[in-house]
Amino acid sequence: MIAEAGLAALWLATAFAIAQLMLGAAAARAGDAAMMLAGVRRIALLQAVFALGAFLILIRLFATSDMSVLLVAQNSHSLKPMLYKIAGAWGNHEGSMLLWVTVLAVAGAGVSLFERRLAAGTLAATLAAQAAIAIGFYAFLAFASNPFARLNPAPADGQGLNPLLQDPGLAFHPPTLYLGYVGLSVAFSFAVAALLMRDVGPAFAKAMRPWVLGAWIFLTIGITAGSYWAYYELGWGGWWFWDPVENASLMPWLAATALLHSVNVLATRDGLRAWTLMLAVVAFSMSMVGTFLVRSGILVSVHAFAVDPTRGSFLLALLGLYIGGALALFGARVGTVTQGATFQLISREAALVLNNLLLSVILGVVLIGTLYPLVAQAMGVQLSIGAPFFEKTAVPIALALVAGTAAGPLLRWRKDSAQALLSRLTIPVAITGVSFALFFALSGGDSPIAVVVLALAFGLAAASVAPLWKRKLRRTPLPIWGMVVAHLGIAVSLAGMAADTLFKQERLAAVAVGDALHVGPFKVLLADVRPTVGPNWSAMEARLRVQRGTSAPFELTPQQRFFSSPPTNTSEAAIVTLWDGQVYTVLGAPDGAGRWQLRLWWKPFVTLIWAGGGLVALGGLIALAGRLRSGWRAAREEAWA
Amino acid sequence: MKKLLIWLPLGLFVIVFALVVNGLIEPSDRLVRSAMVGKPLPALRLPPLLPDKDGIDTSATRSGKPRMLNVFASWCIPCVAEAPQLMKLKQAGAEIDAIAVRDTTGDVQAFLARNGDPYTRIGDDRAMRAQLSLGSSGVPETFVIDSRGVIVDQHIGDIRAEDVPKLLAALEKAK
Repeated sequence: MIAEAGLAALWLATAFAIAQLMLGAAAARAGDAAMMLAGVRRIALLQAVFALGAFLILIRLFATSDMSVLLVAQNSHSLKPMLYKIAGAWGNHEGSMLLWVTVLAVAGAGVSLFERRLAAGTLAATLAAQAAIAIGFYAFLAFASNPFARLNPAPADGQGLNPLLQDPGLAFHPPTLYLGYVGLSVAFSFAVAALLMRDVGPAFAKAMRPWVLGAWIFLTIGITAGSYWAYYELGWGGWWFWDPVENASLMPWLAATALLHSVNVLATRDGLRAWTLMLAVVAFSMSMVGTFLVRSGILVSVHAFAVDPTRGSFLLALLGLYIGGALALFGARVGTVTQGATFQLISREAALVLNNLLLSVILGVVLIGTLYPLVAQAMGVQLSIGAPFFEKTAVPIALALVAGTAAGPLLRWRKDSAQALLSRLTIPVAITGVSFALFFALSGGDSPIAVVVLALAFGLAAASVAPLWKRKLRRTPLPIWGMVVAHLGIAVSLAGMAADTLFKQERLAAVAVGDALHVGPFKVLLADVRPTVGPNWSAMEARLRVQRGTSAPFELTPQQRFFSSPPTNTSEAAIVTLWDGQVYTVLGAPDGAGRWQLRLWWKPFVTLIWAGGGLVALGGLIALAGRLRSGWRAAREEAWA
Repeated sequence: MKKLLIWLPLGLFVIVFALVVNGLIEPSDRLVRSAMVGKPLPALRLPPLLPDKDGIDTSATRSGKPRMLNVFASWCIPCVAEAPQLMKLKQAGAEIDAIAVRDTTGDVQAFLARNGDPYTRIGDDRAMRAQLSLGSSGVPETFVIDSRGVIVDQHIGDIRAEDVPKLLAALEKAK
């Protein structure tokens, strides 16, 4: 019965979405939209309530292991720990799409609840656009991936879940990423509404800004967490593989980062109107492309866990409809958007334009690299594109972007002089130069690009705190603090990436129990290999005694795990985090003669990569808090006036 | 000009869309075949890993007899499984060169002492550069190179007993 209730909730949500689209469109066309807008707001709320209800019902079905539901039987098992039963609800195709559309509906409800600044017509059009997107994905759920389909007769137990996904990281990674992906839908809907209503200006930008910031924070957290998760779960010691699925999350982030900066220009200086609209469309388009790439299985990836090519065509049709439609609307209408304020070549605006251009070029490069195998396939060639391509193309542009990130915040709005900029940049440039010389000598000149990255990271760190110079810290606006922290986070993350490239040590060997290996400053002794068991797996576990110099040894226990349902092998890396880096160990296969394959890494300061990502997200959060506070204050003053 | 620019995003999207539709209609083959098959062996100059064996220098061995090039590693378990087949190939007269991927002298010496040594030369490929330039995606892989120095065949994965005649035939054809 419960499953049927879930399906009913989904259909009701669909009905409300259709009503929201129709009434919203009518309100946008009507002369006096305010009257009908109240109705649209309420319908948006109801749509979110029913979508959320359907999702909660699915979680309940997974939590109670209701095997008469096909999706649960295929993806869960009664012996699974509760956390993974619940996470199982979105660890599969149907469930993840339901989560996607739920977030979409909840975001729409958020707009209807909190948005007070926009003109009534534009807001009605925004909600109508949001509903139009939702309807397509409801249809996708109903016709191509019903999460509540029954299985008759019900099996005695389920078929389990991909053991790679039985990890706390999974419980939070996809939902976070989806919040970011779908949060960008709001920016998209705002842009579509602004184009339809020819209402582009600072008010529109200020309304859009918190949504972009919020979505961007979730994307940042999602990518950072996903990178760390792949790092310790896949057991390759790498933190970014330029894999299609990772690129799928990176592309919306790049677009959202560009949008975040351009929307500020539009909000404060009323410049970059058409460009901001374009970016808002591109950002959500990239989210949809990302979802499509992951869900359709069209590209070969290490991360795609729930793929189905037959559903790809449905998703692709939706993609064509929404992206194509929005771009056509852009082409037809953007000519009527008048030019906003202009600015000089050396100014904060110009630096932000540079930031936008460089981010867009990186986005283009990543998109080309990700889709090129499809181009080659169309011409009858099989190939895959890996890290070397991206390192040669995206990295140099990213370095220019880092330099721009250092200089941009030190420029004044509208007009500034090159000389003044140079004098403000003296210290960061000096720091970059000195650290380049130092690390070039230290690393032996093996990887000059990584040395440049490291040196720039130090320079950027200095430049990013410079905007606080001679300011009263207490009275510095929160968005400025947010910018400082986020830019500092970029510097920290870059330092971690460069340190990992320059100073990591790797050792690969087949060793017998009692043998010792050396990696970096550590001596690693294989003390024992013995069997061990968990709730739904058994494993061979190595006991490694790891010692640096003469300090106290510690023990690491990497495992080879065997899951019974479905039968799968995974290797569980054992990692220890020290103040100056991580020791990363992986147990491989036995050779049948008493020796075991062991992979060891010493990765100095690698943790900075994710710490930096966290700082970037924190910076976003601080800025968001500042924006919301000033928005709230403005609303209160308006109420008093 | 400005009109064109405005419609450019839509145009680009239509092209990408068409490509993706094409990719969806014709799903790809997931095995990564090297694009180097049928092409001359790339110039490799790998230092020797063992004191008593030459490294690999393609400029020195370009002319002459057809050879096999085995990409292996001492830490690779399937490489242990294919070792007897490589010995059989050697006994049948095949000349086998090797590229040791991410390996050390001591480990390779121990590996060859345990599993037999079918190799004429062993090149040291610590950074996996040579492996990449060959278009090899993992260990073990075996390439057949003809007398003119052209790669004529690629065997992905360990060599099973039933693969030996096929590889010998390829080697015979490569003369």
